[in-house]
Amino acid sequence: MARVIVDVMLKPEILDPQGQAIARALPRLGFAGVSDVRQGKRFEVEVEGPADEAAIAEVRKMAETLLANTVIEDFVVRVEG
Amino acid sequence: MRVGVVTFPGTLDDQDAARALRLAGAEAVPLWHADHDLKGVDAVFLPGGFSYGDYLRCGAISRFAPLMTELVPAAQAGLPVLGTCNGFQILCEAQLLPGALVRNAGLHYVCRDQGIRVDNATTAWTADFSEGQEITLPVKHGEGRYVADAGTLAELESSGRVVFRYTGSNPNGSLNDIAGITNEAGNVVGLMPHPEHAVEELTGAPGVDGRGFFSSIVRKLVDA
Repeated sequence: MARVIVDVMLKPEILDPQGQAIARALPRLGFAGVSDVRQGKRFEVEVEGPADEAAIAEVRKMAETLLANTVIEDFVVRVEG
Repeated sequence: MRVGVVTFPGTLDDQDAARALRLAGAEAVPLWHADHDLKGVDAVFLPGGFSYGDYLRCGAISRFAPLMTELVPAAQAGLPVLGTCNGFQILCEAQLLPGALVRNAGLHYVCRDQGIRVDNATTAWTADFSEGQEITLPVKHGEGRYVADAGTLAELESSGRVVFRYTGSNPNGSLNDIAGITNEAGNVVGLMPHPEHAVEELTGAPGVDGRGFFSSIVRKLVDA
């Protein structure tokens, strides 16, 4: 068993109003010095067997097919641990 | 002429869509998301709602439904398909239309009567309008901001594939005020506003401007 992490973020050129709302809320809560916030998604994929190259390639395919919409989002695949 | 109306778990507007089609003289044929069967229909209406709970992204799960595996090649082969609201989101996720629909710029769910301009009156679903005609349709969505990369946007604009544009104030921050687009062949059209809610004086709050969508497709199928 291994855990493969997929981080999905809106592409930099796509407006992220949720991130902006969070960034605007922070100063009101007393958190200073934040210039920007972008909100994304994190997927924890538990794979049977080791997180070898083949398993990571398979997760990458999952990310391209379903987890991310590559028209608007970028993703990064990594092994935890 | 038989027009299919697709129901996914979480679809809301299928009954209104079927009613609008019947009022225009078509037979509305219910299509179920889990069937590999288009029932030989002449066109398909993908209605709005929250298919599969909008989990992951709007339309992301629906595009892999058994019915969609039949619909995608049929649409690519020329079957007329109209997607409204969630149906538009599904068409983009299925890559039958370019670009994507993301969270409204103002973060609020917007529900109101919206001015729309018809910029392309040559598609299967807009032939009964005239180019430049201004109509009013209800919008009701939280994720209707159309986005596409600069190259796609330029291609849509230069080839007349922006079919509908918001007039007055833009409800969601959509690029170039885009409310709806079509594919290259003009048989697949997607838009965020709801023509199926504007076909009867009694219940169509902003009027009956939605009728043109249904009369367009009926006339096209009769002529075919």
